[in-house]
Amino acid sequence: MEFLRNLLDKQKPLFQKGGKLENLYYLYEAGETFLFSPKHTTPPRGAQVKDAIDLKRMMITVVIAMIPCLLFGIYNTGHMHFLAVGETASFGDKFILGLTLVLPIVIVSYAAGGLVEATFAVVRKHPINEGFLVTGMLIPLVVPATTPLWQVALATVFAIVIAKEVFGGTGMNILNVAMTARAFLYFAYPAQISGDQVWTYLGDKAPIDGFSGATALAVAYQSGQEGVNAVSNLSEHNSAVMDGMFGFANMFFGFIPGSIGETSTLMVLLGAAILLFTGVASWKIMVSAFGGAYIMAAVMQLLAVNEFMAMPAHYHLVMGGIAFGIVFMATDPVSAAQTESGKWIYGLLIGVLTIIIRVTNPAYPEGIMLAVLFMNVFAPLIDHYVVKANKKRRLQRATV
Amino acid sequence: MSKQIKLKKGFDIRLVGKAEKKIGDFQPVKTFAIKPTDFIGMQRPKVLVKEGDLVKAGTPILFDKKMEKVQYVAPVSGEIVEIKRGEKRKLLEIKILADTEIDFESFEKFTEGDIQAASREKIVDHLTVTGAWPQLIQRPYGIVANPEDEPKAIFISGFDTHPLAPDYDFLIKGQSNYFQLGVKALQKLTKGKIYLGLSGENKSSEFSNIQGVETSYFSGPHPAGNVGVHIHHLAPVNKGETVWTINPYGVVQIGKLFANGNYDASKLIAITGSEIKTPLYAQTYTGSCVDSFVSGNTKTEKIRVISGNVLTGEKINRDGYVGFYQHQITVIPEGDYYEFLGWMKPTKEKLSYHKALGLLSFLFPKKEYVLDSNARGEERAFVQTGVFESVTPMDIYPVYLLKAIMAEDFDEMEELGIYEVIEEDLALCEFVDVSKHPVQEIVRKGIELIQYS
Repeated sequence: MEFLRNLLDKQKPLFQKGGKLENLYYLYEAGETFLFSPKHTTPPRGAQVKDAIDLKRMMITVVIAMIPCLLFGIYNTGHMHFLAVGETASFGDKFILGLTLVLPIVIVSYAAGGLVEATFAVVRKHPINEGFLVTGMLIPLVVPATTPLWQVALATVFAIVIAKEVFGGTGMNILNVAMTARAFLYFAYPAQISGDQVWTYLGDKAPIDGFSGATALAVAYQSGQEGVNAVSNLSEHNSAVMDGMFGFANMFFGFIPGSIGETSTLMVLLGAAILLFTGVASWKIMVSAFGGAYIMAAVMQLLAVNEFMAMPAHYHLVMGGIAFGIVFMATDPVSAAQTESGKWIYGLLIGVLTIIIRVTNPAYPEGIMLAVLFMNVFAPLIDHYVVKANKKRRLQRATV
Repeated sequence: MSKQIKLKKGFDIRLVGKAEKKIGDFQPVKTFAIKPTDFIGMQRPKVLVKEGDLVKAGTPILFDKKMEKVQYVAPVSGEIVEIKRGEKRKLLEIKILADTEIDFESFEKFTEGDIQAASREKIVDHLTVTGAWPQLIQRPYGIVANPEDEPKAIFISGFDTHPLAPDYDFLIKGQSNYFQLGVKALQKLTKGKIYLGLSGENKSSEFSNIQGVETSYFSGPHPAGNVGVHIHHLAPVNKGETVWTINPYGVVQIGKLFANGNYDASKLIAITGSEIKTPLYAQTYTGSCVDSFVSGNTKTEKIRVISGNVLTGEKINRDGYVGFYQHQITVIPEGDYYEFLGWMKPTKEKLSYHKALGLLSFLFPKKEYVLDSNARGEERAFVQTGVFESVTPMDIYPVYLLKAIMAEDFDEMEELGIYEVIEEDLALCEFVDVSKHPVQEIVRKGIELIQYS
């Protein structure tokens, strides 16, 4: 490590004030602080010792929590391909195929986003924000494996510039950055991110007879339209490919078509366990969002006027991206509600809205994306009233 | 009837180097200093002595032209050896070379009956002239109390929960009669109550049988011992109100002043910290030079000497002086080193309130840590939420308050409770902050904005 340190120290003057590459100081700084935590000491007045945590560590914790989803997503991408074309393949083959599809998306997302981050850091003269570590991983996990790479790059750039940098960078944004990227793709290039054809990679092979690329939500929605029982329709779906693909258990484990990282509720819950154990994400948001979704789905079931509404409430929790969205997107501390009581309301409404959008809106099969973005916008309002209540308590005390 | 208040929010920073309850045999301290910078809010300090002047303990050496009545006096008798000024001739230290035998200015003596009979004005005058007055701190703002004001109550916290804090029972051992007399004098200053906050964990103490106070017991992690927390739970400060606070040491000093007729600045200082060979208490006077306690008594050489504790203290030189209000010095390792991948390396040697990846200190809740002065990362925008609230046992939203201060939004600051806090009340936020904000500096900035607006 001496060697690395010496190398960095040798280059440092180049980037410092008066050096040739002075403008690129924050790039150097990002690299330096990645390798070595800085030797700054606390100021003479104030806290003389500091907690061992910093933002880098917090963000890397979130990235680690996403790894189960990523690994499963890589496998499942290959798995779905071989199911659809009717070939049997080994675990390794599936994983390698998945890797060749998913890894480029991850790389493009990090590269495009990293470039934007670095440009803004250099131009605005501020340190590169660690928030991008998380965003760069979230974006690949919420798009289908067939998404064109240029769309990934464009969406990443759009989201980071419009959702984050124009507000001043990490910590200042109003909307969840990764969700914004997905919404951008959804509205700009719907053909590549919705419908029945995008979720399973076929390559140049033809699918077997009777293959359907539809997602579980689309099938359930269809049941409502056609007036057939949603559960039996789901369980019979795609039987040419696999028996009971959309059975509850299989959907929970995640061997179903969908965006790369969101199909497996189990892996999402594993990530949630990491986030909750480390205390990085708010359990209040997770609990209230899942609760809100379940309650709303149960209410729908009670008031059912079609078969989709009559679907058992717990099915909603394993279908589509709701679990992933709640665990990784809704809990983003910057765009979520920031007061503790606000978090309950915020999470609850995300769950409720997701189900309302799913069930009653014919245009969007999935509701979590819009629910999170919508509640991101309302989070400051919720906080405003929570804080106002605090101010009111203070004021009332004064007059007594 | 005494109140029991159980606090859940907060965090105890457990460090190596707690002082054993014994008085150490240190080299006698030669010089003492009064540092005008200790008196926050002192606007126009004016020195009354010249280098070479001889003073007694209790001789006025300094006052604030904005509050002329209050005299700041020499803690010991001796010769003024240096009046140290810093940049732009800012007054930093007035140093006194102490006599071996302390010579006191003599003041009027009071019995308990005399105090009862005296007018409030007489008590105030006596305290301001003799140098005991600066022990009284005013809230809001945390500045030396203004003798023209009458507070709605006076608060005393009888225990300290800061890291490695001294044991107040030990500090005032055998002096509860002076404490009682001090309380009698304080009663003249307010028509309201005198509140004494004690630790709920340790109910029998030097303070148990004090008359004329309303005792409350606080239990829970730090900041349970902070007087600001006590005020918040017993009689919060609203806009336009004033309360005063005083350390038990100050009450004892006032008691001695009335009983013996002299300004007795003798005090015990806890010599603490992981780098101290034998952490003990030292018998000395206010403003003591730390040289005698530190040199030859440290395990390593790369150290930081702190006047006070690691949360709210101030870095001083090895031959610097203990702050006026401090009862403790802490010596920790200086942390100016790089650490390879230090932001991600798993560690159980560094203390953390958090449990993020690789932070393992939560597995060892009773362990005592050696913490150094490394800043542990760089300043970022606020990202994590809910953490400040979880270490602040008050009905306050610290992040909103800090943001209001940064935005210089006066109405918002008032509404969010700027009058109820001083630096020490939010010091834990500064420790646990993921984004490494200088929380205490921001709080003081907010207080000054409000105070001078």
